Amino acid sequence: MATRQTQILGRSVTAPSVLLLLAWSLAPLAATIYFSFTYYNLLNPASGQFVGIDNYSYFLTDPAFLASLKNTLVLVGSVLVITVVLGTLVAVLMNQPVIGLNIVRLMVIAPFFVMPTVSALVWKNLLMHPVSGLFAWIANSLGLHPIDWFANAPMLAVILIVAWQWLPFATLILLTALQSLDGEQLEAAEMDGAGPFSTFFYITLAHLARPITVVILIETIFLLSVFAEIFVTTGGGPGLATTNIAFLIYSQALIQYDVGGASAGGIVAVILANIVATFLVRLVGKNLEA
Amino acid sequence: MARATSRTRIAVSTAAAWIVGLAIFFPILWMVLASFKTELDAFAIPPKFLFFDWTLENYGVVQKRSDYVLHAYNSIVIAGGATLIALLIAIPAAWAMAFAPTKRTRGTLLWMLSTKMMPPVGVLVPMYLFFRDVGLLDTRAGLIGVLCLGNLPIVIWMLFTYFKEVPKDILEAARMDGATLAKELIFVLAPMSVPGIASTLLLNFILAWNEAFWTLNLSSADAAPLTVFIASYSSPEGLFWAKLSAASTLAIAPILVLGWLSQRQLVRGLTFGAVK
Amino acid sequence: MASITLQGVRKTFGAVEVIPGVDLAIEDKSFVVFVGPSGCGKSTLLRLIAGLEDVTAGQIRIDGVDVVQVPPAKRGLSMVFQSYALYPHMSVRGNIAFALKMAGMNKAEIDRRVTAAAATLNLTPYLDRKPRDLSGGQRQRVAIGRAIVREPKGFLFDEPLSNLDAALRVQMRLEIATLQKSLGTTAIYVTHDQVEAMTMADKIVVLNAGRIEQYGSPLELYERPANLFVAGFIGSPKMNFVTGAPAAALGAATIGVRPEHVAVRPGADGPRGSWSGRVTVAEHLGSDTFLFADTELGTVTVRAAGEIGLKPGDSVRLIPDSARIHRFDQAGRAIRG
Ligand SMILES: Nc1ncnc2c1ncn2[C@@H]1O[C@H](COP(=O)(O)OP(=O)(O)O)[C@@H](O)[C@H]1O
Ligand SMILES: [Mg+2]
Repeated sequence: MATRQTQILGRSVTAPSVLLLLAWSLAPLAATIYFSFTYYNLLNPASGQFVGIDNYSYFLTDPAFLASLKNTLVLVGSVLVITVVLGTLVAVLMNQPVIGLNIVRLMVIAPFFVMPTVSALVWKNLLMHPVSGLFAWIANSLGLHPIDWFANAPMLAVILIVAWQWLPFATLILLTALQSLDGEQLEAAEMDGAGPFSTFFYITLAHLARPITVVILIETIFLLSVFAEIFVTTGGGPGLATTNIAFLIYSQALIQYDVGGASAGGIVAVILANIVATFLVRLVGKNLEA
Repeated sequence: MARATSRTRIAVSTAAAWIVGLAIFFPILWMVLASFKTELDAFAIPPKFLFFDWTLENYGVVQKRSDYVLHAYNSIVIAGGATLIALLIAIPAAWAMAFAPTKRTRGTLLWMLSTKMMPPVGVLVPMYLFFRDVGLLDTRAGLIGVLCLGNLPIVIWMLFTYFKEVPKDILEAARMDGATLAKELIFVLAPMSVPGIASTLLLNFILAWNEAFWTLNLSSADAAPLTVFIASYSSPEGLFWAKLSAASTLAIAPILVLGWLSQRQLVRGLTFGAVK
Repeated sequence: MASITLQGVRKTFGAVEVIPGVDLAIEDKSFVVFVGPSGCGKSTLLRLIAGLEDVTAGQIRIDGVDVVQVPPAKRGLSMVFQSYALYPHMSVRGNIAFALKMAGMNKAEIDRRVTAAAATLNLTPYLDRKPRDLSGGQRQRVAIGRAIVREPKGFLFDEPLSNLDAALRVQMRLEIATLQKSLGTTAIYVTHDQVEAMTMADKIVVLNAGRIEQYGSPLELYERPANLFVAGFIGSPKMNFVTGAPAAALGAATIGVRPEHVAVRPGADGPRGSWSGRVTVAEHLGSDTFLFADTELGTVTVRAAGEIGLKPGDSVRLIPDSARIHRFDQAGRAIRG
């Protein structure tokens, strides 16, 4: 424990961070809540009157909301499944004796450092383009009909791009966790007569349970807010096919200029994220004790 | 029990790992290759893998175009500024949390973490209006402020976990030796935490460099960093792919290098110490 | 050069009372050792004096001035930590000079003092090394150098030798004691090792559960322990305690006699007041022999000078020196007179 003088000093040097974050997290949120109860359109000067929960009932009953909620869940869920399953497999693979592991590792984590707008454009133009994209050429060479990704399977295309970006994150964390798995434990299991598969399921996966939870929670937080990839590739379309909640709110606010409606949507998004955040904060908090 | 791993096993796992690694890396590789092609070769069918006329022309063009240079400059100023300011605010705070904890420290740390979990879209509207009304839209200062605040919780957390590893005795010795807080931080804690501070700096620079929500929504031209500049290519179809690839390669190359350098700290930083 | 006085010093950590109340007067130039079992609050008391912790109540006066509100650096004390707490990124020179730099002293004066301190401690050849390139003993010297170079009013040592091997510990304890005498600086030294306490101290403070059990010179503590705790803590091997009839016969609840004050004689017969027993273990150190004997009063330890030819299983007669029997009352306090 430190002396009172030190603690007072400590509090005064923590204050700037606390005040800034307090302002940053509360002021805009308060404004969003306020706007969400008013009629406010940037194109209409006669805005500002209190409309109760109209914005919410409008936003929540808008077919676009249901569509975007479904899209959000599909996007988050699919990316989670892909990254966790593939991430586990890749991590297990990289935990084997591999010559040149450092280089493999660099290649595997690279996508995480690519800015979202670049990944989106590379996938859209160089890989998934229906005429000159590499995938189209591969399909043609195999005698298949190339897919017009963004017309016929737009959501799948977005999922692939986002999963590619997040696979390194899952892999890296699970690999780190695997490396902390006690080799003796594995050998003990082997001595007990466990085959490679039961060892994997009962020992390795059990050890990975916690890091996998961390991966799921953190990815969920970020995946709920996927924006740039959609903005660059599909603009939410065709129709509403790739509009998630984040994109819906963005278009409501900055394309339709409906501030009230967008704010109501924003609050819905905050509530969704908070449900996940509660679990994550608990998990991290527990770790802080140890 | 040391066990000789059989050669076949090494060969199989090596081959598998390299195939997986190359597959994951391929989109980036493909983009880098495209950046050395002529525009015609870039979307030639069948695609040209290595046997094409290698050219640096795209890089020349990109370098010469003043807009690329401006946006690259913006990226550096915004990501660098946001990170440095966050670091300056966070170092004393993280010191206090690591070495002068109070009953509230734990709660404060977790609360800071929770602010990071707020979806930006939830506060897009008021931020946009605020920026518009005070004239911060499309300014570097505005983006520096937003990205600095957005990353501040991660910066504090990362520094906190690194500072926790510095023995408290040494700071107490400095205090006995008459060091004020500023001197204790500058002469003792900071030099002892150079690796931790450096990885915090790197990771947060990367995050700020790649940030693509606020930059897309709050800047458009003068202050736009590379994320926005590259997004602007999404509309004009085809034709400029080689140049776009060159611009993209330039935009991600420095970050890839920094990212590779900081990969070991990445896990710790991004999981807030939940996985080490 | 300073006297240090504690008056009603109390310390609680949350609800836990670690120091219930300490009064103590340390004279100028003296070497005082705080000794006690691990966890009894020695470090806490030292850190209170250093100013690294706040007192919950009470006064700490240095040369008569109450310093409880004074920050550590301004108390004029320097401290040697158990871990040494050297600055790992600075050279030996940088470590020793740090406090002087912080005080804004001019470079020439800093150099002069660092050179002098290094010479005193035989560190001159190592001045440009980093702590990680030094042996344990050398690090220890750097920590001491850092403390003396400020020419403080007092030194505070927190178990400074506990990380050294036995031989080095003996050597360093001599050096520290000599250095303190030649500088004439008041010193407070914390240890859990009673041998260190006995050999180094002018005065010893025996602490138990945050309380001072006794404050006195090493010989006072040895010859006139104030209570059962001190009697049992000071001296090695530990004092023998006997309760029941033999104690009651002397008008005490418990009597104690040190192993070196019990004479031993082979055979079953002996004078009145002596005890018969059987040797269970005999430790032959050459200079001394430690015997552990089973008697009707329990195990009795005997320390005999030189080598005596007794082995486990032998019957012996144990004769306590009646002039050196310590008597204690029901509450464990020594009965004098
Ligand atoms: N910062 C603290 N917070 C709570 N309890 C403490 C703290 N420091 C020490 N203690 C407790 O105070 C008691 C005395 O500790 P200490 O002074 O370090 O003992 P010693 O140095 O004699 O071994 C111990 O029971 C310890 O657990
Ligand atoms: Mg101690």
